[in-house]
Parts: sequence; C-alpha cells; structure tokens
Amino acid sequence: MVHQFKNNGYNIVLDVCSGSVHVVDDLVYDIIELYQKKTKEDIISELAGKADMYTFDGSSGQSVEEQIAEAYDAVKSLSDSGQLFTEDEYKNLIIDFKKRQTVVKALCLNVSHDCNLACKYCFAGQGEYNGPKEIMSLEVGKRALDFLIENSGNRKNLEVDFFGGEPLMNFEVVKQLVEYGRKREKETGKNFRFTLTTNGILLNDEVLEFANKELVNVVLSIDGRKTVHDSMRPTRNGKSSFDIILPKYKKFKEGRKGQYYVRGTFTHFNTDFCKDVLTLIDEGFDEVSMEPVVAPPTEDYAITEADVPIIEEQYDLLAKELLKRYEEGRPVNFFHFMIDLEGGPCVYKRLSGCGSGTEYLAVTPGGDLYPCHQFVGNSDFIIGNVYDGIKRTDIVDEFKLCNVYAKDKCRDCFARFYCSGGCAANAYQFHGSLLEAYDIGCKLEQKRIECALMMKAAMADIDAARGGSADISVKMKNAENCDNSSDCESGSNCPDPESYTYSMR
Amino acid sequence: MERIKTLTTKTLNGCGECQKVGNQHCNN
Repeated sequence: MVHQFKNNGYNIVLDVCSGSVHVVDDLVYDIIELYQKKTKEDIISELAGKADMYTFDGSSGQSVEEQIAEAYDAVKSLSDSGQLFTEDEYKNLIIDFKKRQTVVKALCLNVSHDCNLACKYCFAGQGEYNGPKEIMSLEVGKRALDFLIENSGNRKNLEVDFFGGEPLMNFEVVKQLVEYGRKREKETGKNFRFTLTTNGILLNDEVLEFANKELVNVVLSIDGRKTVHDSMRPTRNGKSSFDIILPKYKKFKEGRKGQYYVRGTFTHFNTDFCKDVLTLIDEGFDEVSMEPVVAPPTEDYAITEADVPIIEEQYDLLAKELLKRYEEGRPVNFFHFMIDLEGGPCVYKRLSGCGSGTEYLAVTPGGDLYPCHQFVGNSDFIIGNVYDGIKRTDIVDEFKLCNVYAKDKCRDCFARFYCSGGCAANAYQFHGSLLEAYDIGCKLEQKRIECALMMKAAMADIDAARGGSADISVKMKNAENCDNSSDCESGSNCPDPESYTYSMR
Repeated sequence: MERIKTLTTKTLNGCGECQKVGNQHCNN
C-alpha cells in the first residue's frame, strides 16, 4: 500500500508497509499513481500526452518518452527492492496477539481526585471523576507500586505518572512514594521513571528541586493565549489562572534540568490554535503540545466535522511556522509533528498502541484499577484493585485484542503504523466499542502525519543547504565533544551548546 | 536528473522496554 500526498511544495510518497518515505518530482508522483493500474506502455503514452506538465532534461539527448520510461524503471526498482508497494506481512501477527502474555509496565497514579481549577472540558469532571473528592493515602500508593513490581515480569523500566485531579494537592504523598520507589528499586533491580502532570497552580521552588532530582518528565498544562486559557481553565471561583501559572512555568522552564513540555487543549472556540502554539513559543517554551479536545457532540466546545478542514489548514500553517524557526536555528519540538523515521518503535509496539488495559493501568485514590485514566469513574471498567490484583480478566482480554487489524477502520489506513489504532477510550465514548475509531480523531491524526513527513523532507533540505548532510536521525548530543555523559538527553537544555546538534525527532 | 530522494527505507523492518506511538523513540 502506498500513500501519496502533496504538501508545501513537496510530493511525498509513503510506502506504508515498509515505512519507506520518498520525495519525488511531479512525473514520478504521477507514475506511482498509475503504476498498479496500467501497463508501462500505457503510462508512458498517457504522461507523454501532457509532457508540458513535467520537467525534462533537454540536454540528455533522450526523448520525452525515453525519460518517462527511465523514471518508470526507477519506480520499478524501488518496488523490486521492497521500498514501494510492499505487501503487508504483519496482518498475520494478529493471531499472536490473542495468545500474547502481557505484563504491567506503567501506572497512572491518581493521587488526587480533587482539583484547584474548574476546567470546562475536563474529562475527569473537574478532577473528581464524578465521585467524591479524595486523595490517595501513602499506604494505597505504596501498594500500587508493589503491585506494579509484582506484575511487571522481566520488564526493567517501569513508568509511574502522578496524575489527578491535581497531583500537587497531594505533594507530600508524591514525595514519599518516590522515596519508597527508590528503596524498592534497590531491592528488585527495577527502574522507576516518575512523571508529573500538573496545572501549575502549586508549582514552587520545592517542586522544581524535587522534579529535577526525581522526575524524568513534567507536563505543564496551559492552553495558549490568555483569553483562550482563562475561558476554559478558570479557578474554582471563576478567576484567571493564566496570570498565576505563566510566571511559574517560565521560572520552572529556566530551572528545569530534564524533560518538560507545556501542553494545551484547543476546542471549537479556538480552531485558530496555531496562534496559541505560537504564543507559547513566543513566551519561551520550546517543547509544546496542543491537542484537540475530545468531547461529546452535545458540548458547545466540541470539535465538529465542519471544524476539520479549518484545523487541517492550521496544521499546515503551524508546520510552515515551525520550519521557519528551524531554519533560523531556533527549533521547537511540537509533539504532534514528532515522527521517528530511523529509530521508532518496533512493529509489535506499533500494532498494539498505548497498552491501555494490559500494560498500562490507572489507580484511583482508593486503589481501584482501571484500564486507563480515561475510564476512571465508569464502574463497568473496574478490573480489580491493588490489594487483590486483576479480577476482571475478561475486560483485560478485550483490551488485549485491541490492535489495528482488529479494527475495520484501521486495517487499511495508511496511518496505522504511526497511530496504532487510536484511543480505546475515545472509541468507546463515541461508538460504545473498543474496536471502533473516533472519526474526527482519525482525520486529524492523518493530517498530522502528513505534516510531520513533509517537515522531515523540508528539514533535510534545510540541513543540506547549510552544507551538512541531510541527516534526519535523532541527534541529541555530539558526545565526542562533550564532557557529559554520552547518553545525555538534555535536548534543548544542553549546557554545552557548542557541541549540541539538534534535529526534530 | 534527480527525480526521487529517499528520506528513509524500511523503517518498519518487541523487547518490551519501550515507554497524554509513531512519535516514540525505541534499543533500535
């Protein structure tokens, strides 16, 4: 299967089942479009009939027909070498999926079902998940970490995200749980990677110091422009939260040693979200995520079908803006345009997606286990608790079967190896089935992948114009010139920028 | 004349240690 598209002056061809990506001229683009439908002779005849649409080499001594034939042969060569029209050899892996043994690798620890903001679009019902306000005790948290260790098999790296509600409303327990986790690491040989997702209201120097010592990533929620942010993320008494958090975020970013990113949500009310991303960039943030809200169509802020073409235009606009900054030597990492063409995840991972319900579970303050944080509050999806373990293996089995080939909408989609079938919770919310797909989400994901591939092509050109090789691989650090650790991942926070080379993943 | 520039080949061609997936980075 081949997916071809034009974007920002680039003709991109993605060979879906090999992952090969080619940038081609107009002639090759049209040959590829006809390649499986017509004979070589018919293609040459058809394209020679509109030769004025293509570029030919007048000094080659070859006729138009000969040059089209040469281009055709180049396409055939790619096909013969497994870089075009590659057959899907992964469909049969679905059989293995039904038999696979999974281990728990990650927990979303809802340390607080309470929040100091009243975000209108919050899937967690202002942090309480449609239940009582409560915070996780140290005892439940410790038991959750023990549950993770006990159910992680041979997996060494374990992820725990402190989430809520607002997790910093239970910061003392967060600190004690990390301390407990470090103790258990020594006893078990496991490696905890702790992360935090916060609305920023309670950020302070102590949290920054703790984050620098213990947290591999911190997500800071902010929606962009002040008017946009405050309209959706007011405080509990209806006041602005933007003015409280922005100075805290700037200070946090300046002092942060390690990964962070600012993460926003856009809605039907700001489909011009490119302005919000650029606002955050102009405020000095270089790790940014901005995501479309997922909400029932009955909500006035929900993204509608009519919004989709507007949002797609915004993604195009944003891609060009980011390329401009890349060319100027001030790159920004926009998470939805990240795509790793050289060192991405293995096929197994690409087919199984986020691991919700099998490898990734959410824990409530009382210790109940859910397939992921999006299902918390829907008692039909309680699969057990941290004391008794997983009891509803029937639900786990349903999630275990979730993969791109089990979903009609995904099976033949060009994006399937990058999207991995989308979010099970969104599918359930909109269609009542884990094996469905959230249609608006699909269209936006497809567009983002196209933009990401176009940016790879454009960045390769920019790199080549600079005189360097068009190396599109991840280059986090030029270790040869650096006194720091060779596996450093300080990214744009590199303390030694002389030796720092960067290209967007 | 150059009509085709290949950005990458055979990206697709589990160890279980991978990590709110196309953008992820792998032991690869």
